[in-house]
Amino acid sequence: MSVPEELHYTPEHEWVAISGSTASIGITDHAQRALGDVVFVSAPAAGTKVTAGEPCGEVESTKSVSDLYSPVDGEVTEVNPEIDDDPGLVNSDPYGAGWLFKVSLALEGDDGELPPGLLSAAEYTALTAEDGS
Amino acid sequence: MTDPTDLARTDLARTDLASTATDFSAAGPSPAEAAAAGTGTAGPSPAGTGTTGPRRTPLTSVHEDLGATLTDFAGWLMPLRYGSEIAEHRAVRTAAGLFDLSHMGELMVSGPQAGAALDYALVGNMTAVSPGRARYTMICAPDGGVLDDLIVYRLADTEFLVVANAANAAVVGSLLTERAAGMDAAITDRTSDYALIAIQGPRSADILGPLTDASLGDVKYYASYPATVAGAPVLLARTGYTGEDGFEIFARPQDAEVIWRTLSKAGADHGLVPAGLAARDTLRLEAGMPLYGSELGPDLTPFDAGLGRVVKLDKSGDFVGRAALAARAQAAPERALVGLVSQSRRVPRHGYRVLWDGAACGTVTSGAPSPTLGAPIAMAYVTAAVAQEATRPDAAGRLAVDVRGRAEPARLVPLPFYRRPA
Repeated sequence: MSVPEELHYTPEHEWVAISGSTASIGITDHAQRALGDVVFVSAPAAGTKVTAGEPCGEVESTKSVSDLYSPVDGEVTEVNPEIDDDPGLVNSDPYGAGWLFKVSLALEGDDGELPPGLLSAAEYTALTAEDGS
Repeated sequence: MTDPTDLARTDLARTDLASTATDFSAAGPSPAEAAAAGTGTAGPSPAGTGTTGPRRTPLTSVHEDLGATLTDFAGWLMPLRYGSEIAEHRAVRTAAGLFDLSHMGELMVSGPQAGAALDYALVGNMTAVSPGRARYTMICAPDGGVLDDLIVYRLADTEFLVVANAANAAVVGSLLTERAAGMDAAITDRTSDYALIAIQGPRSADILGPLTDASLGDVKYYASYPATVAGAPVLLARTGYTGEDGFEIFARPQDAEVIWRTLSKAGADHGLVPAGLAARDTLRLEAGMPLYGSELGPDLTPFDAGLGRVVKLDKSGDFVGRAALAARAQAAPERALVGLVSQSRRVPRHGYRVLWDGAACGTVTSGAPSPTLGAPIAMAYVTAAVAQEATRPDAAGRLAVDVRGRAEPARLVPLPFYRRPA
């Protein structure tokens, strides 16, 4: 299972890459493996205000449907346009071409502090190990 | 916004293997259902294992070597998928897939009155089946409710192999024993003595042909023959649960691995891949085949599921459920099992409400994205009136499924969703 060092994670199995005031968000390799083939993603539309820890979309796979949680507070600026036609990108490249949406962060003072509640790669790896995966 | 009553709903936070297998867990009887079946115990029979974990089949290590995602299904550790379940599904439709079905229950019924005992215990006419042939049938409660669906292979005049769903095998074994009381017929649970491997798909005969001493052209649909596969003695049957041509191979556990590996190797050039339970479920759904616990259960009769033809009311002698089923055969049906094709990409799943003009008119029993149709499909029980009205040309826009609070339009289609090219 792949857990890139440079990303941050939620306990709900989203990853977030923060660059300046923009956060790119997707679901983890662990999540895509557990879900199986992703067939449809309902991501929040551009302009939607999202709140960390709140459901903001859905991921449908063959066997189940799961809520998608925003890892951060902010406003959605972009949704991956490829996912609608090729949701399998979430499986084949969860941290790359399978990204889901981008958020303009609603951070007070940009001093490099991470939004609260996010996990490091090591913490997330430990969490998924507890799950028995 | 999360509805905890939605059975198929899982949070990513809970995407362990158990939760992704939510739909499968519906396949087993609840303790209450098992109690209704008169046995008082539910679930798999762990007899002989002595461990608390799920039972392993003779092929579990092979699946582990292949990197399969394994799941506890009806008390057995089974492959859910090896890679992409959609790719596995497509391989079965276009080439072939290899399945481990060793979790299925095998019950041997033998003795001079074996046929008579089954005629009393089951709704089918088993004494009318010729040796070497097989029948799809059901075992019902006295009230006509379905306790399991079965395939019965008549191996000889006095010997029948009853194949039951894994979750129901113990219940079926108990019921057969109870119903055969006083007759000269012995029921033995042979589940541990059989590995069951299925090869399914249009290339199955091409792959299997050179590896067996059987002349596959002579192996009829729903027939079984003693044969060899990869040099091992097997019972070779032309049956399946995918809507494709294919074979089921009942083998000794110690031969399972060599049969699996030989078929895998020979099949690779034909596009054969190993396929898991996830693909098996979408394949049977497209083929309109019922799954016990979803389309069939103790509160449904075979007639409800559109399978009244399996109830042989014209056979001589009494059988369990006869009076109730005879009455049900005469009554106007209250509900019908129908096919739905969603016009949204959100998938109708087990337990979701079906709506007609916005009002509840039924419940989805199974639903999944269909790789073949390219849209979500579902089977559902709806009222007889809606089943009629929804086929009319002016029905457009009136039928929908409540997909987690939003009415997603669907249209009613005849079952099956998929029929293999002749």
